[in-house]
Amino acid sequence: MSEAHDVHDHDPHVEEDLHISLKGYMTGFILSVVLTAIPFWLVMGKVFDKPGTTAIVILAFAAVQIVVHMIYFLHLNAHSQGGWNMLALIFTIVLVVITLSGSLWVMFHLNHNMMPASMHEMRNMP
Amino acid sequence: MSEITAPTSRAAEVAAAHAHFHSFDEHHPENGTLLGFWLYLMSDCLVFACLFAMYGVLGRSYAAGPSGADLFELPLVALNTSLLLLSSITYGFAMLEMLKKRIGGTLVWLAVTGLLGAGFIGIELYEFAHMIHEGAGPQRSAFLSSFFTLVGTHGLHVTFGIIWLVTLMIQVGKHGLIPENRRRLLCLSMFWHFLDVVWIGVFTFVYLMGTLK
Repeated sequence: MSEAHDVHDHDPHVEEDLHISLKGYMTGFILSVVLTAIPFWLVMGKVFDKPGTTAIVILAFAAVQIVVHMIYFLHLNAHSQGGWNMLALIFTIVLVVITLSGSLWVMFHLNHNMMPASMHEMRNMP
Repeated sequence: MSEITAPTSRAAEVAAAHAHFHSFDEHHPENGTLLGFWLYLMSDCLVFACLFAMYGVLGRSYAAGPSGADLFELPLVALNTSLLLLSSITYGFAMLEMLKKRIGGTLVWLAVTGLLGAGFIGIELYEFAHMIHEGAGPQRSAFLSSFFTLVGTHGLHVTFGIIWLVTLMIQVGKHGLIPENRRRLLCLSMFWHFLDVVWIGVFTFVYLMGTLK
């Protein structure tokens, strides 16, 4: 036990790099509550007439909230872990965008061109 | 003579290089575990990206079964979302207590976080049971298969997060806030907040957009 305590004193303080503070957490929390409440209100209150508009707006809110979480909860900045965190994140985002947009794009065209019957006939199928 | 001096000078060179390497290493301030764990989270992110892509492709293939607008109860989802968001901030409070080296406060906030997480899982299981009871199980349509896979994988992550959290509470209670435990708590903090980030995608892309007509 005492050995562990000795090490503790010479421990490189990883926490200090992370800039953990009450103010940061509260800012992130309040922003998240607002950014969560608005999309729910938009959908449940049927604020926009067109569903397409609502979809785009709530996707934008989600993107902003993800950035808020990254900064205030995951303590991400360009310098954490010597920049390697950010590099890995950018690489991952590139892969995620390729996966999502590629799948949706290809499969939409497949559905569009190869669907055997219209949706109406599909509903009447056994 | 030269045959003997040559190797020794080389050995000295190697030793010097070694010493230099070590002093260089000493300047490297970071703890590799946190970077490694971040890389794990990024690979987990790719798993979820694949599941989201699958849901994006199959999410409208109802096979004449119920759609998201028929099944999803948004007030329940809003409650779930607020539980998970609250558990994020309470984990933050546990981190702040950990920095102040207060074992009691850390354990209390960790317990609150765990209870909020358990509440989240409870509501999700209730929702799943309700849907399966109504005949909208994972085998009903491609939409429901992809829904249960995506949301279920997230729920499994939260479940294992809770198990990890209880394990760490026992560790902290037994050994105190030693550097090893502080490092583990930091890793779990990243895991927990990452799950909240994934949930943002789930409630927006699956629940809110699935309810839109």
